[in-house]
Amino acid sequence: MRQLLALALLVVPVALYADPVMAPEPLSYTQLPDPAAEARAQALMQTIRCVVCQGQSIADSDADLAGDMRAIIRQRIAAGEKPEAIRAWMIARYGRWVSYKPPLDPLTWPLWAAPVVLVAIGLLIARGTLRRRRAA
Amino acid sequence: MIAETGLIALLIAAALALLQAAMGFGALRPDGESLLRAVRPVAVVQAAMTVTAFAMLLLLFSQTDLSVKLVAEDSATTLPLLYRITGAWGNHEGSMLMWVTILAVAGAAVAMFERRLPERTLAATIGAQGLIAMGFFAFLLFSSNPFERLPVPPVEGSGFNPLLQDPGLAFHPPTLYVGYVGLSVAFSFAVGALLTRDVSPAFARAMRPWVLGAWIFLTLGITAGSYWAYYELGWGGWWFWDPTENASLMPWLAATALLHSVSVLATRDGLRAWTVMLAVVAFSMSMVGTFLVRSGILTSVHAFALDPRRGAFILILLALYIGGALALFGARIATVAEGNRFDPVSREGALVANNLLLSAILGVVLIGTLYPLLVESATGDKLSVGPPYFNAAAGPLALILVAIMAGGPMMRWRRDRLVTVGRRVAIPAAVVVVALVAVLGALPGLRILPLLGLVLAAGAAAASVAPLWKRNLRRTPLFTWGMVVAHLGIAVSLAGMASESAFSQETLIAARPGETVHVGPYAIRFAAIDPIAGENYTAVKATLVATRGASTPITLSPEQRTFDNPPQQTAESAIATLVDGQLYTVVGEPVPGGRWQLRLWWKPFVTLIWAGGVLVAVGGALSLIGRVRPRRQVRAERDGYAR
Amino acid sequence: MTLRTVRILLWLPLAAFLLILALVAGGLIKPHDAAIRSQMVGRPLPAFDLASARGDATRIRAQGFADGKPRLLNFFASWCIPCVGEAPQLLALKRAGVAIEGIAVRDRPADLAAFLQQNGDPYERIGLDDSSGVQMALGSSGVPETFLIDGRGIVRSQHIGAIGPQDVGDMLAAVRAAQ
Repeated sequence: MRQLLALALLVVPVALYADPVMAPEPLSYTQLPDPAAEARAQALMQTIRCVVCQGQSIADSDADLAGDMRAIIRQRIAAGEKPEAIRAWMIARYGRWVSYKPPLDPLTWPLWAAPVVLVAIGLLIARGTLRRRRAA
Repeated sequence: MIAETGLIALLIAAALALLQAAMGFGALRPDGESLLRAVRPVAVVQAAMTVTAFAMLLLLFSQTDLSVKLVAEDSATTLPLLYRITGAWGNHEGSMLMWVTILAVAGAAVAMFERRLPERTLAATIGAQGLIAMGFFAFLLFSSNPFERLPVPPVEGSGFNPLLQDPGLAFHPPTLYVGYVGLSVAFSFAVGALLTRDVSPAFARAMRPWVLGAWIFLTLGITAGSYWAYYELGWGGWWFWDPTENASLMPWLAATALLHSVSVLATRDGLRAWTVMLAVVAFSMSMVGTFLVRSGILTSVHAFALDPRRGAFILILLALYIGGALALFGARIATVAEGNRFDPVSREGALVANNLLLSAILGVVLIGTLYPLLVESATGDKLSVGPPYFNAAAGPLALILVAIMAGGPMMRWRRDRLVTVGRRVAIPAAVVVVALVAVLGALPGLRILPLLGLVLAAGAAAASVAPLWKRNLRRTPLFTWGMVVAHLGIAVSLAGMASESAFSQETLIAARPGETVHVGPYAIRFAAIDPIAGENYTAVKATLVATRGASTPITLSPEQRTFDNPPQQTAESAIATLVDGQLYTVVGEPVPGGRWQLRLWWKPFVTLIWAGGVLVAVGGALSLIGRVRPRRQVRAERDGYAR
Repeated sequence: MTLRTVRILLWLPLAAFLLILALVAGGLIKPHDAAIRSQMVGRPLPAFDLASARGDATRIRAQGFADGKPRLLNFFASWCIPCVGEAPQLLALKRAGVAIEGIAVRDRPADLAAFLQQNGDPYERIGLDDSSGVQMALGSSGVPETFLIDGRGIVRSQHIGAIGPQDVGDMLAAVRAAQ
């Protein structure tokens, strides 16, 4: 529920503005004709964070800027650009924040190592416990 | 008068909570005998007062008494009755009051029904429950008074968030809160046991039903929340790894681990320290989840931001309660005699693996949720951690966990031989191989996680019913049925998730009325678009007629609603549930040329996700009934689940 | 594991919790800024070429900014309510001799003309950014937003939200400093 609450409240700043009167870009609400390209675009859009509502990906957002971002992603994918290149373009403009997929760099090494480290610690505790118990 | 009655009831409840804490802990003194019995009624009266206060708030909201600040800010006379009432907990103060009400009722339930726990531990437990309640009463009274009056009542209230104007609000938050706050009982049990240094199988058996009860509600609450977000947000997603979702998932993971470790403690007197710690962690996660996430610090959204005074208050409470319990744990647990030893290849060995993986997933979710905060406070950089991380980091762990869940119940307690275990898992293993061949053959190019999910779900479903094999079903204990149903539920849910991820089909299009569009196996005729008026909104309603082959056409009517108090638009999805999936339709905005944006999805077997969640809860309920009814308990306990 | 290590391990949960608490307390004391700042500050203005909103044939191009004169690049729209509040400050800046270029986001020339009529027109030129392409290229996440571009065409700073009366002095100083 609080997720909804939070998401609902995210919309509020938008409500400060009147609606833009321009018709949205067609590619913001229609798919690319090539299913493979559309799938690549969709996968990328799912991982780009909406800079307006902030709590959703641009694939799930009703904000106008999110629509324009979807359109630009579809155009660039259709033009043959690689999804990761588009992600890098977005990050170069809006920072790491805009990608839901944390880029692998020294700042995020601990994050990506977390699952392995956690399991290793768990194994150590469990193994120690079992062995200690067997010896006791 | 109603508001004042509520406030007075709240004040009395706070005083009683203080008394309850003093008496409960006082009973631990050598001369505290007389307090042992007296503390129970105090807890019950305290709960009665809190319930009275909450009832007064409901009354104020249902009457839309605009002289009360909270009502004026979060409701309006124009709202339908259902939302005038549910609006009582659709805001900070009201939801806090609901939170303490459940806390007080849980304490009273322990005071009234708990008979198995040693008297002294019970008194300390009730005392701890009173202490927790006291802090939150103080929070309500000093900084979040829901009964505050306005000097001049407004003519009309400020209205209620349209996204929350849904029947889901009547069910989902209360369920989730019962789950969150129900875990306080396990927390208080752990504190009580640490104070009396009495961690035993009897303690575990006493705690288990309470954990089960809270866990059932938590499971239902998360399931309902997921479905609610799915149909209300209008983009077909069912889980977003949003901090608020993670906040509900973390206590569930801890409680699930606790449920399993408590079995080891009850049956084999092992994992004593671990179980106590999980009991503390589970409710700590609930508190962290309820308060820190809503504080707005994590979500990077200021929408729910507490003012600094409230935030500091909550933070001090959390520091005292969680910090206090963990410090007590560090200081005391070493003096609790160590539990039994056991063999790695055994039921308890599998349960240890289960706990390890659940804890690792919990750690991943916690780290992933807090990491942006850590980075920002260390370097000032903003970072997002979202679905790509959580799926990649927690997904594989979850799949291994499902495999262990499938095999574990086929192992014997104490000691087992790998060869015999191997023989027992032969049939589910064969199912896995057949499923793998079938999926690889029929659907080449499937991504790895959905592929493994589908295959494992088939194997886990087969394995989950294996404990019933060659068994007299009528004499099978109810809690064994519970385990079977719950594990089957996990398999079913996993199948739904994998299927949704692998087979969903999407059509985003702009269409004119009269046109026919396609999604999955359906041809959908955009029959009409009409303006309609609701009780407190206006909308445009699309009429979509969907046909598949020669079957009867289905009519769907998604709406685009416009509310004016507060001004906001929402897309109301229309969903048709079929045997083999759901057809999900949304109508968006108009675009030039008399066309309308349509978003259509065909999601095969997506309903299994939530059906599985409900099955898990049903399994929990069966288990709970089986545990509470004393029949054949002792023998079954000795034999565990195995045949 | 020795008994000693076990005893230390038992305090780990508390340590972890205190760490989380410290983090959150830090976040509470210093509430962080929800605005997403552009990463383009310090970098050359990305190329763009927009049609004029005034209905004439002039184009507004990125190259035009590297003419030795610092300018403000203001993203606005006629449908944006805070932009109305910002208008007097922009006019004041113009009177102080600051060159302001406008980019109207998802807007129609007719609406724009009415908006400028009502709120004054501080802009040298106005480009039409129909699909937010330039807005995205600059890493801007809403309207109004104002970028300072120096005479070599480098983005020097970003102001998110409406320019308030209290911001005018700073902005003027920043423009002069970019000379």
